[in-house]
Amino acid sequence: MNTKLHDLTRAVTGGLMTRRDFVARAAALGVTAATANAMLATAARADQTTPVAGGTFRMGLSGGESTNTQDPALWASQVPLAIGRLWGESLVRETPEGGIEGLVAESWEGSNEAKTWRFKIREGITFSTGQPVTAQDVLRTMERHSNEESKSAALGIVSSISSMRTDGDDIFEVSLEIGNADLPILMADYHLMIQPDGGFGAETAAIGTGAYVMEDFEPGVRATATRREGYWGGDQTVTAHYDRVEVIVLNDATARTAALQSGQVDSINSVDPKIARLLDRAPNLTVRNVSGRGHYVFIAHIDTAPFDNVDLRLALKYAINREELVEKILQGYGSVGNDFPINAAYPLFDDTIPQRAFDLEKAKEHYEKSGHDGSPIILRVADGAFAGAVDAAALFQQTCLAAGIPLEIKREPNDGYWSEVWNVQPFCASYWGGRPVQDQMYSTAYYSGAEWNDTRWKNDAFDAKLIEARAELDDVKRKQIYSEMGRQLNAEGGVILPMFNDFVDGTSNEVQGYSDDPNSPLMNYYAFKHTWKA
Amino acid sequence: MHPILILVAQRLALGVLLLWAASILIFAGTTMLPGDVAQQILGQGATPQALENLRAELGLNDPPVARYLSWLGGVLQGDLGTALTNGLDIAESISDRLANTMFLAFWAAVISIPLAIFLGLLAVRYKDRWPDKMISAITLTTISIPEFMIGYILVFWLSIKLRWFPSVAIMNDSMSLGEKLNAIAIPVMVLTLVVLAHMMRMTRAAILNVMQSAYIETAELKGLRMLKIIRTHAFPNAVAPIVNVVMLNMAYLVVGVVVIEVVFAYPGMGQYLVDHVAKRDVPVVQACGLIFAAVYIGLNLVADIVSIVSNPRLRHPK
Repeated sequence: MNTKLHDLTRAVTGGLMTRRDFVARAAALGVTAATANAMLATAARADQTTPVAGGTFRMGLSGGESTNTQDPALWASQVPLAIGRLWGESLVRETPEGGIEGLVAESWEGSNEAKTWRFKIREGITFSTGQPVTAQDVLRTMERHSNEESKSAALGIVSSISSMRTDGDDIFEVSLEIGNADLPILMADYHLMIQPDGGFGAETAAIGTGAYVMEDFEPGVRATATRREGYWGGDQTVTAHYDRVEVIVLNDATARTAALQSGQVDSINSVDPKIARLLDRAPNLTVRNVSGRGHYVFIAHIDTAPFDNVDLRLALKYAINREELVEKILQGYGSVGNDFPINAAYPLFDDTIPQRAFDLEKAKEHYEKSGHDGSPIILRVADGAFAGAVDAAALFQQTCLAAGIPLEIKREPNDGYWSEVWNVQPFCASYWGGRPVQDQMYSTAYYSGAEWNDTRWKNDAFDAKLIEARAELDDVKRKQIYSEMGRQLNAEGGVILPMFNDFVDGTSNEVQGYSDDPNSPLMNYYAFKHTWKA
Repeated sequence: MHPILILVAQRLALGVLLLWAASILIFAGTTMLPGDVAQQILGQGATPQALENLRAELGLNDPPVARYLSWLGGVLQGDLGTALTNGLDIAESISDRLANTMFLAFWAAVISIPLAIFLGLLAVRYKDRWPDKMISAITLTTISIPEFMIGYILVFWLSIKLRWFPSVAIMNDSMSLGEKLNAIAIPVMVLTLVVLAHMMRMTRAAILNVMQSAYIETAELKGLRMLKIIRTHAFPNAVAPIVNVVMLNMAYLVVGVVVIEVVFAYPGMGQYLVDHVAKRDVPVVQACGLIFAAVYIGLNLVADIVSIVSNPRLRHPK
């Protein structure tokens, strides 16, 4: 009976049988459900502890187009990021716990009230060509993203740097006008892949310090990469266990899930929340959801009537049924938001800020107090704003009408939504992917001078706090300042933030060593590096 | 000169004119869409400075007419240019995509055209009896179901349940012909089901029309068997309308299968075109447009020539 049971546990961990079937079969052999489950857990753990080198890891991903490029400066979607991680590395990376870990940089330190930062380049690190990485390469990379001709999507991140220099072959130094305790984590931005000589003249060469070298790159179709010798992180038994990694672009949600179910890929991103629970029942795969920092918003320009009235904004905030939206739009794969862009996935989050509840009485009260003339309040939406945006707006409209607020929905085409509607029209639906730290989120979208201040939130007191917190090295004081900022946005801001969305991935049970990372799907697209196939 | 040659020459000249008109329409249409390529590349993350730098680099600050003329100049010298979005050579990127599209269209045509004509003949032979009704019912059902739905149903059964064929039609150069055929098996089945009804019904109708003629009655009175009458007497006289429909469907198989490409992640022309329209990458859209228009014009030309050649009265004008 023991060998029989052993075979059965292997069948489950190997994905040939479901957990439920196993418990049923084990019961037939006279084993109780509790014992059966315990056996399974042991079997799964045994498989988890010893990485196996070799094999091919195949990812089926949405978010790739045939217009994609290998130039990191122009990456804007998921697939280029996932491919870029294979061959390239930035100075540092975010850890799942919210900390920082060195990649190209071995260590770093700030001085002069966080105005000067020195990064030490890892000793013995080489590009895939075998050429050693020097501080000069790092300097040139940063220059390419920040110089006058830069067309980089990271320009906004590096523009706060006032000067950069190298000190010897292994020190890269950055100076800032205003101190920033979070500067190291900004260097984890995926556009800032360190390239030889900064990639000048060879922007799309795909040469970096990553564990893999590109073999094939067909934009919008597939990309393959093979493990290289001489990766600084160690050999295949230590890290980056697979011989080969394949990225297959599957933009159609059904094609993606079908490919996972039929075993053509090992992992997929953005599982449609509508089918996530059903998919999880399939025997050979697991659906994983990780709460991240991404959120869905309705944004009002607070400098434009009628949204310049704080009572009207409060009326709208009270009139949205957050629980219902999480349940119906995210199918439970998410959590409610509190009208400021920070949640528990951020370091230094204050969980004592009271959650705004759905309250039609208060909504009515504030609406009457606002003295609005009763003309329709127009909310612009498109499905491209976020998955389910049109439905979410319809639910919002229903609850607004119940509070006597005349909300009217205007549907916009997906095409051109980000250039014609978002950040242009006074009230529309949108999403944010979140940022690794509070400072970056607030600086990107809630600072007076920010390009993407999509709620036109321009508040001197708020700006002052943001800058104060940035240079503050004492975490207790910093948390206090961020808490005050969160409370202020919650009370007065133009952002109506009903929900934070989870990342929902699907993974074959053959893949071992998977863990949660709130930064991006598929373990922040580092799954290829940390997992292996049993 | 032979009248057919004159006709071909006329048609070709007209085709070139049509292509030119199409290129102007496509250019104007793509330029009129909101947002430009720089905005679409940088997306939500665009800063004004990055936009300005990218526009200058891509030459988007030139007036539209100048951009069109420089594109036209390049094309007349056989240079399709490079994609604005990723800087890849368009001719090179398109040739792979076009080869894939043609591969899929070819195999779908090889299976569906003979099958449709055979089923059409069979339907005529058993007119108004159960085989005729069954063929019509099945083909009309498959043409009425949206193609992506047929795709999903076949994927569910053949790929997920039975695991006979892959659900994703990934192609690459290192695959053998057998592997490639295996990869496109389900898309070919879907396309066959989609185009079957149109061609089958036209074959049936055209032949039934001819079957009313006096010479068919004569053939029957001579004691010929029904299938032989259809094959040797009716079919040659019904060929023109059938070829017309076949050509239309072939054109569809080349230019109209973007939905199938998306469902099966097949790297063909349709998906390539749609991606570049979304990014306002005008040179690529122009190149795809020209190829699609050329395919339509070319296949229609073939249909016309076949109808003339198959008709002695047109072949030997007085």
